[in-house]
Amino acid sequence: MSYVIEGRDGPWELVIGLEVHAQVISKSKLFSGAATEFGAEPNTQVSFVDAAFPGMLPVINQECVAQAVRTGLGLGAQINLVSRFDRKNYFYADLPAGYQISQYAHPVVGAGSVEVELADGSTKRIGVTRLHLEQDAGKSLHDQHPTKSYIDLNRSGVALMEIVSEPDLRSPEEAGAYLRKMRTILRYLGTCDGNMEEGSMRADVNVSVRRHGEPFRTRCEVKNVNSVRFVMQAIEAEAARQVEVWESGGTVEQETRLFDPSRGETRSLRSKEDAHDYRYFPDPDLLPLVLDEAWVAGLRAGLPELPDAKRARFVVEHGLSPYDAAVLVADQETAAFYETVAAGRDAKLAANWMMGDFFAALNRTGRSIGDSPVSAAALGQLLDLLADRTINGRIAKEVFEAMVDTGEAPGSIVESKGLRQVTDTGAIDQAVDAVLTANPDKLAEYRGGKDKLFGFFVGQVMKAMAGKGNPALVNEALKQRLSA
Amino acid sequence: MSLDPATVRRIARLARIHVEDAEAAQLAGELNGILAWIEQLNEVDVEGIDPLTGAAQMAMRLRPDVVTDGGIPELVLGNAPDRAGAFYSVPKVVE
Repeated sequence: MSYVIEGRDGPWELVIGLEVHAQVISKSKLFSGAATEFGAEPNTQVSFVDAAFPGMLPVINQECVAQAVRTGLGLGAQINLVSRFDRKNYFYADLPAGYQISQYAHPVVGAGSVEVELADGSTKRIGVTRLHLEQDAGKSLHDQHPTKSYIDLNRSGVALMEIVSEPDLRSPEEAGAYLRKMRTILRYLGTCDGNMEEGSMRADVNVSVRRHGEPFRTRCEVKNVNSVRFVMQAIEAEAARQVEVWESGGTVEQETRLFDPSRGETRSLRSKEDAHDYRYFPDPDLLPLVLDEAWVAGLRAGLPELPDAKRARFVVEHGLSPYDAAVLVADQETAAFYETVAAGRDAKLAANWMMGDFFAALNRTGRSIGDSPVSAAALGQLLDLLADRTINGRIAKEVFEAMVDTGEAPGSIVESKGLRQVTDTGAIDQAVDAVLTANPDKLAEYRGGKDKLFGFFVGQVMKAMAGKGNPALVNEALKQRLSA
Repeated sequence: MSLDPATVRRIARLARIHVEDAEAAQLAGELNGILAWIEQLNEVDVEGIDPLTGAAQMAMRLRPDVVTDGGIPELVLGNAPDRAGAFYSVPKVVE
């Protein structure tokens, strides 16, 4: 079922494209040797190049180029062995040069694609038009003084990858899934930390609406949206606004807009007069960027296993459902943790424990997989105790909670608390007899045909054995005695 | 190609150069002179020839990813017309 907005005179389809700005992980900037670390004192990570002092010349950082190429390879994209840098001209206080060095006509990475998973279990392939390298701008603070803006150039010149999608997205859900998938891929590759709160990944959203089967209508660009949730909200708000404009007989004008999350609406940002008149031209300070095919092949050989491949492998190797596999590969650390737990064990059981009790415990304690109170090895040992029937499933949950609370190994918890499962049939028979003797009325009802009481007897026997009875043996003993 | 005074005013605005209406006509004439000269170049047949990206027929040199610069806020801010602590201070710009 496709997503539409019901207008007054029929449904409207959404057409969405995303431009993701991803800050490249590197020690120094794209064209200068200043540091990129987040959160430094203002203007302490600025060279004369970043502050655009006269006569300063840019020299490109090889690692930033490598990161862009790795990302391109991760998106299955064309790598352009010859690319070029252009100047994008505009005036703003945090852009000291008056232009941004970017790649306009000849980006380093061409067409690729991303496969996104949707809530109904289906997948959709979204085209990536291109990826290019460019400089980030500085940071403006507008709320420190009534009539002044304060400028910090630490971010000025940090490398960004702009990743442009095809207008293949048709709903807020697809846009959200695309962004999350892109973030996962970038994190796997180690080319961007994907941290939208700190602004190291931001999105510009292009939205238009149309009647089914029509060509594209005019789009608007919603700039600088900084969370997946806001991207989805901004699309909904902007599409609703455009439907209203068209249906009331107006025309949607191409323009740049801003999303205001507190009001849940978009508003016009720049005057149309100057919009997108960037007067690009080749940067005369920079020669063409020429890559060696062998160097690119080396980068390709060094790529990690990517989420799609890992998910497919989990399905085949571990017998997981595509959904479970997708959850476990969404984050590299989680996937590695899972593989340690599952190694040489019941992989499906390992997945169930991770996605059930383990994730719940992380949530409850506010910990992440990186500082989990239970290590992968310890969780594995717990599964071993279940597998060799030292403990039963119910006791395993109790042991796990103790592991979360104390950090102790499951084996020592079982010993110190005396939780070892009782498989001695004599002890079980004894407990069964005691329960039946203590409940003559229930026994009569059961024999009178009330089969449901079987569960009651199981519960009573387990209770009498402090939960440590082997469930299969208890069932067997009860069945025997009741049918006798 | 020929520029009218309105286009000249628009180009000036994009470059943040103040141009009086009286100057626009004169500037249009000068710019048109330059454009006419450039247009002569269009007479050369460049079919099948890649655009030249630089006079030196060489590729860009790449530097290693090492921090070698920065940590000089006083020098960077030294020529700022106005500052507030470690920040540049400029007339308020909010879009």
